[in-house]
Amino acid sequence: MAQICGAEVDEEGFLVDLKDWNEDICKQMAQDDDVELTDEHWDVINFLREYFEEYQIAPAVRVLTKAIAKRMGKDKGNSKYLYSLFPYGPGKQGCRFAGLPKPTGCI
Amino acid sequence: MATKKFMYLNRRSSFGTVYAIESLEVVLIAAAFEQDVSLAFMDDGVYQIVEGQETDGIGMKNFSKTFHALGDYDINKLYVSKESLEERGLSESDLMPLVYEDEDDDWEEKPSIKVVTNDELKAIMSEQDVCLSF
Repeated sequence: MAQICGAEVDEEGFLVDLKDWNEDICKQMAQDDDVELTDEHWDVINFLREYFEEYQIAPAVRVLTKAIAKRMGKDKGNSKYLYSLFPYGPGKQGCRFAGLPKPTGCI
Repeated sequence: MATKKFMYLNRRSSFGTVYAIESLEVVLIAAAFEQDVSLAFMDDGVYQIVEGQETDGIGMKNFSKTFHALGDYDINKLYVSKESLEERGLSESDLMPLVYEDEDDDWEEKPSIKVVTNDELKAIMSEQDVCLSF
């Protein structure tokens, strides 16, 4: 099985064991995707991790967008902004960077 | 796509079988299709939404927390059988305080859980287009 910084990932690059996550793994995943992580990325990544901790699921994009709008304002809680940070999808790519499973219902 | 009324009927407790967690998973997936979704809890299914579940000792994910996310998925109709609660010595105050924010009412938090008699539940079920039992 493939590994990132010594942690096992599945065929789509998601961590197998969520407890393996650390910032270095996140940075490595971003580098592999040619994404330069900024504070704005970390805001979303941290938000995703908190959401998972609270609800035990990775939110669907629609739910994530709404939740970010509520927490950080409408200029950040919209799909255009979130896709600018995570071009492969705030749900799929964002959750992967955050060490979460693939969002439920995401194909 | 025309909207259909879907009801997910939960009749088994949270752990021991996969029915409860699988049902919740299907509900979350179905939510993406913007249908009219409701959940019903009867028999041992009422245990799924009891407050204060703790799974550390059994090595299972505590997915009861996920019920709190249902409001974000626009799922805000959770019917609970009054008789099933009473048979188990439970009341509404033993259940998790599940809420949703009403978009049409200045995002006011409102309760999602509604305790109904089995007769009322039967009437609600008969209005559904699809009823899936877990």
